[in-house]
Amino acid sequence: MRILVLALRRIAWMPPTLLGLIAIVFTISRIIPADPARVIAGENASPAQVEALRQKFGLDLPLMQQFMRYLRDIVNGDLGISLYSQRPVVEDLLGRLAATFELAIAAMCLAIMIGVPLGVVSALHRNRWLDQVIRLATMAGLAMAAFWLAILLQLFFSMTLGVTPVQGRIDGWGPDQITGFYTIDALINGDGETFGKALRYLILPTATLAIPAAATIVRFTRAGVLNALSSNFVFYQTAMGLPRRTIIWKYILRSAFIGTLTQIGLVFGNLLAGAVVIETVFSWPGLGLFAYNSILQSDYNAIMAFTLFTGSVFIVVNLLIDIAQTLLDPRTR
Amino acid sequence: MRMRRLFRDRALLIGTVIISILVLVAVFAGPLATFPDHVTGFDPNHRLKAPGWQFLLGTDRMGADIYSRLLFGARLTILIAVTATGTAVIIGVPIGLIAGYFDGWASEALMRVSDIFLAVPQIVLAIAIAQTLGPNIQNVILALSVTYWPFWARLVYAETRSQRNEVYVEAAKAMGASPLRIMVMHILPNIAGSIIVRTTIGMGATILAAASLGFLGLGAPPPAPEWGRMIAESREFLPQAWWYATAPGIAILMVVMGFNLLGDGLRDVLDPRIRRGGGDGR
Repeated sequence: MRILVLALRRIAWMPPTLLGLIAIVFTISRIIPADPARVIAGENASPAQVEALRQKFGLDLPLMQQFMRYLRDIVNGDLGISLYSQRPVVEDLLGRLAATFELAIAAMCLAIMIGVPLGVVSALHRNRWLDQVIRLATMAGLAMAAFWLAILLQLFFSMTLGVTPVQGRIDGWGPDQITGFYTIDALINGDGETFGKALRYLILPTATLAIPAAATIVRFTRAGVLNALSSNFVFYQTAMGLPRRTIIWKYILRSAFIGTLTQIGLVFGNLLAGAVVIETVFSWPGLGLFAYNSILQSDYNAIMAFTLFTGSVFIVVNLLIDIAQTLLDPRTR
Repeated sequence: MRMRRLFRDRALLIGTVIISILVLVAVFAGPLATFPDHVTGFDPNHRLKAPGWQFLLGTDRMGADIYSRLLFGARLTILIAVTATGTAVIIGVPIGLIAGYFDGWASEALMRVSDIFLAVPQIVLAIAIAQTLGPNIQNVILALSVTYWPFWARLVYAETRSQRNEVYVEAAKAMGASPLRIMVMHILPNIAGSIIVRTTIGMGATILAAASLGFLGLGAPPPAPEWGRMIAESREFLPQAWWYATAPGIAILMVVMGFNLLGDGLRDVLDPRIRRGGGDGR
C-alpha cells in the first residue's frame, strides 16, 4: 500500500515537470532571442522570408497566446517542421530513439559488468596497491572528455588495427524492424551474420560510453562493500565463525549490489546525455547525431524539438527507474 | 587510517600542483609559448607537422603550433570555468539560502524550478541556449551558468534546512538579528565548506561541458584555441595526424582530474562530517 502511494506520488509529479520543461524551452526559443523569427529563418533569409515565418508561426501574437499554441501543438505530437528537411521533426526523433537506447542500454550492461567486480575487488583490497590502481583508473575515467576517448579508441581499433568499423551502425540494410535494436532484431530473426555485424559496429561506441559509467559504478560499489564490511551483521557473522568467503559471497555482495542498484537511474541518465556527444564521433544515427547535424545546418526548430524530446524522454525514463527501484528495494516494502 | 589520510593529503597536494600549473601556464602563456604569434595565424608551409624539436606537439591544419595553442587555450579554459561556475554559484547560493531559510510557496516554487532543471541533462539544455544565442564565449558561459546553478541551490537548500534550527541560529534570532543577517553572517559561514568543495568539483564538470559544447561547434568560434574544438577539428585528419587530438585531450584530462582531486582533498579538510567511519568510498 505504501509502495503504491510512493509510486503515485512520483507519477503525479511528472506532468508539472514536463510542463516546466516546456516552459523552459519556450523561454529559450521565443523569449530570449530579440527576434525569434530572425533566428529561425537563419542568417541568409530576406526580410520578406522572416516576415512570412513570423506570420506562419504566430510569432507576432502575445506571448501567452503563443505559449498556449505551442502547448497545444506539443500535446498533439507536433514539434514543428525541420527547416532543413521540411519534415516533421518528431518523426525523425522517434525514428532515432531506438538507436540511442540500444547504445545506452548496451553501455549500461557493460558498465555494470566491469564496474561491480572492480568495485568489490577494490574494496576487498582496500588501500593496497590494487585498490590504488583501480581508484586512479576510476578518477581518470571520470575526468576524460568522452568524445576524446572515442577518437582515441577509433584511432587505435578501427584505423590502426582495423578490427572494428570506423563509424555507422551497420553496412547494408539493418534487420527487419521489431524492437528497433539491431542486435536484438537480428537475434529474433535468427540472422547470425547480421547480429555479428551489428555487434561489431556497436562495440566501440558502447565501450566509450561505458568507461565513465563504470567508473561511477566502481565508486558506489566500493563504498557499498566497505560499508557492509564494517557493519554489525558482518561483525556478528565473523564472530559466529562463518568463513570469510561465505560472508563475502552471501551477504556483502548482496547488500553492495542493492546499493549499486539505487544509483542506476543516475548512471543511465549520464549515459543518455553522454550518447548525445559520442554519437557524433561514431556517426551513430541516434538523437545525438540528429542534434549535431541540426547544429551544423542551423536548423533551429530541430534543435528546440530535440531539447524538448530528449528532456521528456529523460524525465520519463527517470520516473520508470524510480518506480522500479521502489518496487525492488526491500526497505520500502 | 593513516594510509587513507596519506592518500587524501596526496590528493590535495597533487590537485593543488595541477591547478597551480594550469594557472601559471595561463598567466605566462606568452613567454612559455614557442610560437606565440602563430596561435591563430595561417601558415601553409607548416600544416600538420608531426611533433618534433621545432613543433613540440606538432602543428594543426592551419599550420599553427599545437603546444602554443594549448597554452593560450588554458586561458580560455580558466575564463570559462571560473566565470560560468562563479555565476552559477552567485545565482544558486542565494536561492538555496532563501528557499532553505523561509517556508512558504515561494521557497517551494524556487526548489521546484531547480528540480526541473536538474531533471534534464545539462548538456541538452546548454545546447539549446548556446544555439539560440550564437556561438561565442560569453554565450557558452551563460548557457553553462543557467544550466548549472540548480546544483548549488539544491546543496545550499539542504544544508540551510539542516542548520536553521540549530542553537546558534536560535541565539541570533533571540538577539534580534534580521533574517538577512542570520543567513549571511551565521548560516553561510557554517555551510561554506561544502559550497567550496562542490564549487571545486563543479569547475571540472564545467570544463568538460564547455569542451563538449566546443566539440559540437557551439563554443568559441575559430580560430580561438579552445580545447574541445581542437579535438573536433582533428577528426578530418585521422589517422595520419594522431597528435592533433592527443594533446588537448590530455590537457582536459589533467585539469579535470586536478579539480576533482582538489575537491576530494578539500572535502576532508573542510567538511569532516562526511568522513564516515570505515565506509569511505570516494
